[in-house]
Amino acid sequence: MIQMDSLDAIKCQIEGAIPGARLELLSHAGPSGQHSLLVDNDHALAVARFLRDAPRLLMDYASNVTGIDWPETTTRETIRTKQVIDGVEREIDQITERKKPGRLEAVYHLYSMELKQGPLILRLRTEDRAGASHLPSLTPVWRGAEFQEREAFDLYGIIFDGHPDLRRILMWDGFKDFPMRKDYVAPDDYEYEPTAHDEVLARALHHRRQEGPK
Amino acid sequence: MNPGMDEGLRSELSKQGIFTTTLEDLYNWGRKNSVWPLGFGLACCAIEMIAASMARWDLARFGAEVFRPSPRQADLMIVAGTVTKKMAPQVVRLYNQMPEPKYVIAMGACAISGGPFKEGYNVLKGIDRYLPVDVHIPGCPPRPEALLHGFMMLQRLIDEQALTGPRRPRHLVADAPSEFPVPQYGPHDLEPPSNPEVWQPPSSDKKPDVG
Repeated sequence: MIQMDSLDAIKCQIEGAIPGARLELLSHAGPSGQHSLLVDNDHALAVARFLRDAPRLLMDYASNVTGIDWPETTTRETIRTKQVIDGVEREIDQITERKKPGRLEAVYHLYSMELKQGPLILRLRTEDRAGASHLPSLTPVWRGAEFQEREAFDLYGIIFDGHPDLRRILMWDGFKDFPMRKDYVAPDDYEYEPTAHDEVLARALHHRRQEGPK
Repeated sequence: MNPGMDEGLRSELSKQGIFTTTLEDLYNWGRKNSVWPLGFGLACCAIEMIAASMARWDLARFGAEVFRPSPRQADLMIVAGTVTKKMAPQVVRLYNQMPEPKYVIAMGACAISGGPFKEGYNVLKGIDRYLPVDVHIPGCPPRPEALLHGFMMLQRLIDEQALTGPRRPRHLVADAPSEFPVPQYGPHDLEPPSNPEVWQPPSSDKKPDVG
């Protein structure tokens, strides 16, 4: 097996081949060390074509396409500053709240059957989770991504522009929700939970309260 | 058994080589030994169902080896596996297409209650919410022996069905429904989420866990 180029080297190759492509290397701290490349949406299709066709990479197989939901998060930062108030120097904590907007992410695991190397992990991010949840479809590059992008659309609501047949695949067509999103609320069908515990118990009790006493 | 005949006299006669029976016994004996299941499976339980029908467990011993590919020729629906919400209308429709008398076995934890997928967004919490289930077989999946046991329970149920009187089965009651409403795909869930004619949650005093 040929050693695949490091992700840094691949990033340089892409940047050399596709001018203007904005790539970011996201390192993974876990023992698997599966670092990934974050690609900007405007150049994603060109980057994908390059990864498939570059002779040193030949990523001809999109093994897996999946979605990730990043809800909006607020992080608090405390900065301790020294201020002089009434001639006395005091330490004052300034708390600043930072809102990180939520977004959806599509992750592609690419392999090369030709060179027997991989995985190369590609990430695409939407602008937000509600209105602009668009991503370019990579199905024109890897036909095998078609059903998996449909699945990501079905369960996360990522709209893949350029997908040949973007319909729901697991849920039915009239279904309105995106069940794998963090804020999905399942229908309240907890009328009979014979062995309820933890979260299910809480929901069953909630259902009982909604129903009222019989 | 024959209600109009003394049991002692009956056994005495049989010792003399004279067998007496009733139309009801004969009819049910024939029915219970030629139950033809509908050949359809939904998940891993179907593998066990197939194993039960093959040589090692040999469902043919009970006259039920003829898995019919058409619901029009089937008497028994073995709901073998997870019923997803997307599949539930098709399962109910298949049941509706079967001619009376017809029976349902819910095989495995999923068909009974949703099983390990019970709280999932896509899994029905038991096929008994839409269909009248005659026999429930627990297990995940149930072994073929369990299916055979469940099948023998069904045979006993058929054997005990009266042809007349208030205890006669559904297919002999003219007003009783033979078809059940097919649930529709709604924006968030199946509509209705259950058929109240068939299934009602047990009354609240029987739910100690959710006090």
